[in-house]
Formats: sequence, structure tokens, C-alpha cells
Amino acid sequence: MLGFLVSMPGAVAQGIIWGIMAIGVYLTFRILDVADLTVDGSMATGGATMVVCMMNGMNAGAAMLIAFAAGCAAGLVTGVFHTKFGIPAILSGILTQLILYSVNLRIMSQSANLPLSVDKYHLLLSLRNLPMAILVGGIFAVVLIALLYWFFGTEMGHSLRATGCNQRMAKANGINTDTNKIIGLVLSNGIVALSGALLSQYQGFADINMGRGAIVIGLAAVIIGEVLLGKIFKNFALKLIASVFGGIIYYIVITLVLRAGLNANDLKMFSALVVAVFLGIPYWRHKLAEKRTVKGAGA
Amino acid sequence: MLKVSGIYKTFNKGTVNEKRALNGVDLELKEGDFVTIIGGNGAGKSTLLNSICGVFPVDRGSIVIDGTDVTRLPEHKRAKFLGRVFQDPMMGTAADMWIEENMSLAYRRGKRRGLKWAITGKERSYYRYMLSQLGLGLENRLSSKVGLLSGGQRQALTLLMAVMQKPKLLLLDEHTAALDPKTAETVLNLSEKFITEGKLTAMMITHNMKDAIAHGNRLIMMHEGRIIYSVEGDEKKALTVDDLLKKFADISGEEFANDRALLN
Ligand SMILES: Nc1ncnc2c1ncn2[C@@H]1O[C@H](COP(=O)(O)OP(=O)(O)O)[C@@H](O)[C@H]1O
Ligand SMILES: [Mg+2]
Repeated sequence: MLGFLVSMPGAVAQGIIWGIMAIGVYLTFRILDVADLTVDGSMATGGATMVVCMMNGMNAGAAMLIAFAAGCAAGLVTGVFHTKFGIPAILSGILTQLILYSVNLRIMSQSANLPLSVDKYHLLLSLRNLPMAILVGGIFAVVLIALLYWFFGTEMGHSLRATGCNQRMAKANGINTDTNKIIGLVLSNGIVALSGALLSQYQGFADINMGRGAIVIGLAAVIIGEVLLGKIFKNFALKLIASVFGGIIYYIVITLVLRAGLNANDLKMFSALVVAVFLGIPYWRHKLAEKRTVKGAGA
Repeated sequence: MLKVSGIYKTFNKGTVNEKRALNGVDLELKEGDFVTIIGGNGAGKSTLLNSICGVFPVDRGSIVIDGTDVTRLPEHKRAKFLGRVFQDPMMGTAADMWIEENMSLAYRRGKRRGLKWAITGKERSYYRYMLSQLGLGLENRLSSKVGLLSGGQRQALTLLMAVMQKPKLLLLDEHTAALDPKTAETVLNLSEKFITEGKLTAMMITHNMKDAIAHGNRLIMMHEGRIIYSVEGDEKKALTVDDLLKKFADISGEEFANDRALLN
């Protein structure tokens, strides 16, 4: 029990960082209605860019800005594949993800792992100082949510939402749906890369595999947030906050199950199955309701 | 206001499902014309309207709206000229967005969308006033999700959104067909009201011949991708449903094969 309590702050800090990643997933998955698999690659792009920029003498703020831009570029590639090449969104994301594997290795000069020691560099956060890491992560999340809340209240933000909600309606009202999908993917992957940049500082290294399965963790955070807080968090900003909380709860649960004896190597399977079940729930609910109506009509 | 010249459209060209939906359509509308369109299922009525909107490119011919050749413009760029209401009441609005958010989207049809706040207080009172004209009590529900409205309410809202930013051309594609008779009448009356008061140029597809005769100053009948009959003015006013059925049989050499039209 004591061990669990001791590991709590770490879980919260990681949860916040992945919760920021989940905000990126929320933009594509919930607002744009696209499952974007680019994120598995752009998470590592963010981390790799961060480390390499700092190794080249940049300060942490500037390095994070570049990491954000690199993520945006990755989203742009997926957006162009999807809208200009006519490739289905999921496949577009997979293609970019594969491209990013090579690109990320190039960024890191062909090494799979680069250290970023808090002793050598002036980092914004590190797991050596958990209260500070939670504070910095929390500030990032709050500022990001405030910015997105503003953006989605603007004319442009409205067109993006309409594009995700009803494309035919959007077009009939003069909205360029292709452009809006690209904007959404760019923004989303920029945010994911930012999360990757935070994570590389937190853990003290960037790794070519640091984003593997990121989409699943992001979806888990979004869904957990919705299931637990959806009834009370109706406002857009609150929904984004719910995703961050989802990330925190996810990491707390993971810490718990690992302590309870789950093999760390089975973790990815565990997460994927949980997400599959939660994605299935609305579908089963719908099926059940349909069955009831049919019975009702027959009677 | 609208000049459609010799447009052809074949779907699934070169496959077993090849279907010539438009087979040389010419049509000219003057400003303020309100034309009703009838014809059997598959006659090409929706394809004609969709061609004007740019849902897909036409194979041949040209489409000019108010002096602008739009034949090659993408759908979203033509939207500034066009107000549209679809047959499916779910199609014309964004279900997850509020009533006022939907209206602000429509209010900016054909305008640049930037980083300005999407709804101003002044706009909100204008929306409230516009909604009150529907007589459905929606003016008190500006921040209700559109997905919570009934089909009739959504269709009335779509209609309002289509005319709020005055279109050069209003296109109604069987927009009352999916509604119950009473709601259908309400929406049809609202359409008539907006078209008359706004002096709009409009095209309305309907499966109800009585409605086609009662509304508008012109009527066209389509069959197998062509306009086979066109009538306007007093001659149109004097028409009866029997006249139309007979006309159809004479010109096409077939019985009018639209069950719904006969039922009315
Ligand atoms: N997107 C499409 N793809 C293939 N065939 C289509 C498409 N749209 C319409 N058609 C076909 O074109 C013909 C005309 O359809 P339509 O214009 O919808 O007729 P209606 O007069 O009933 O509105 C029909 O045979 C229809 O099946
Ligand atoms: Mg039709």
C-alpha cells in the first residue's frame, strides 16, 4: 500500500503528460471524427526533436516550439495524403507513421535512444522533481485548453467542428472541408508532439519507440474521461479537461495493476482490450435499444 | 439568374452499373422565377440540382449563376450563390452543434472565416428574431443541440439557414417528403413565405403534383434525364393533376410511374 502511495505522484505526472497527448487525440477522434494513427509517430518526433534541439544548445522553450512545429508538419503530411491523394484517413496515418519512423531515426542521427540528462541541461520538468513536473504539466494543460477553447469559439473553429459533424452541411455552407481536415490533423499532431517533448524531458531521454501504442493510450484517456465525467462536463473546455483527467486515471490504474502483479509486457494488450470494450459499449447499447424497439413495434 | 446549357451526366461510366442520369438539360431562370420540378423516380431531378451545386462535376455543358460560370468551381465555392434544403432532414444541419452555432455557420456562407469570435451578441438577437418567424418556439432554444430537434424542426431550421444569407438561387429537393403531412405543410408554407417575401429565385422538386401546380410561376417535368415539358404563367395556373398525368403519358409514352404522386 505504501509503495502504491509513493508511486502516485509519478503516475499523476505521467498521466498529465499523456493527457495532453489525449487532447490531440480528442481533436481528431471526437471533433474531426477521424481515427488518426499518425500520433504513434509524431509523439516520438516531438521527443526526438526536443532532445536534439537541446543538444544543439537551444533553450527548452525554443526546443518545444520546434517540436510542436515538427508535429504539425507530420499532421500536414497525413492531411495531404487523406485529402489530396484520396487515401482513407486511417491508412494515411499509418503511412505517415511509417515515414516518421525513418525520419525520427534521422533526427536522432540513427540512434534509437538519446539521453537528455537533467544534470546537463536546463529542463522544464523531470521525474527527479515530481511536484515540479506535475505543476509544469498542469500549467501546460491549462494554457493549452484555454487556447483551444478560444480557437473552437472562432469562425474557423466552428467550421472545423461542422466538418467533423456533417460534411455535406459544411460544404453546402461554403466550408472547405479538405482544408479543415488538414488544419485539424496539423493541430492535433502538433499537440501530440508537444506531449512527446514534455515526456522526453520527464523521463530524461527520447526513444524511437516512445510513441508506440500512443493512439491506444490517447483513446483510453478520452474514453475514461467521457465515461467518468461526461455526465457533468458538458462544456467544451471541461471535456478537454476530462481527457486530461482520463490520462491521469489511466496511469493510476496502470500503476495499480502493475503492483497487483500484471506482467509489464502484457500492459499493451491490457490497454488495447480495455479500449476495445469501452468503444464497444455505445455500439452494444445501440443494438440493445434497437432490439427493444423492434419488439415494441411487434407487440 | 441561372443558365444551364446542355448538361450531361453519366454515373459509373464504363461499368455494368453505367447510368445516364442527365441527357442534355437546358434551363434558364430569370430573377424571381420559382420553378417546381416533377418527374418519376430516377428521372434525374436530384442529379440536376446536385449538378448545379457541384456535388459532382458534369460530363458536358455549362452552368452559369448570375453571370458567373460555376461549371468548374468546387462545391464549397459555389455555396455562396446557393441556399439548399435536402430531402433528409438530418442532412442540412450539424447535429452536435447548437441552434445558434448552426445559424452562425449559415450566416457566414460565402464569407471568409477567420479567427473572429463566431457569434456576436448582435447576431444572437437577429437569430432569435429569424427563428421567431418559424413559429416553432425555437427562438428560446438558441443553445439547444440541433440533434435534439424533431425532423420537422430541423427542416424548418435548414430552410431558415438557406435563406438567411440571401441566396441567388434556392434549391429545395423534396424537402418535405420525409415529414408527416401536417409538418410538411408548415415547412412548405414557410418556404413559400420566404421565397415571396425575399423575392428569391427558387427551384423546388416535389412528388406532389398539387403542390407543384399550387406553388411557383413555372413548372417543369423531367423524364429519363431530360426536361420533357415546361409551362409557366397563366397556363401553369390553369393546370390540373389529370392534365399533368396525361401530358406525361403523351410525351413519354409511359404511365407516370411514381406511386407517391398518385397517392396525393
Ligand atoms: N451518386 C450516384 N451514383 C450512381 N448513380 C446515381 C447517383 N445519383 C443518382 N444516380 C442514378 O441516376 C438516376 C437519376 O437519379 P436522381 O437524379 O436521384 O433521380 P430523381 O429524379 O428521383 O431525383 C437514377 O437512376 C439513380 O439511380
Ligand atoms: Mg431525388
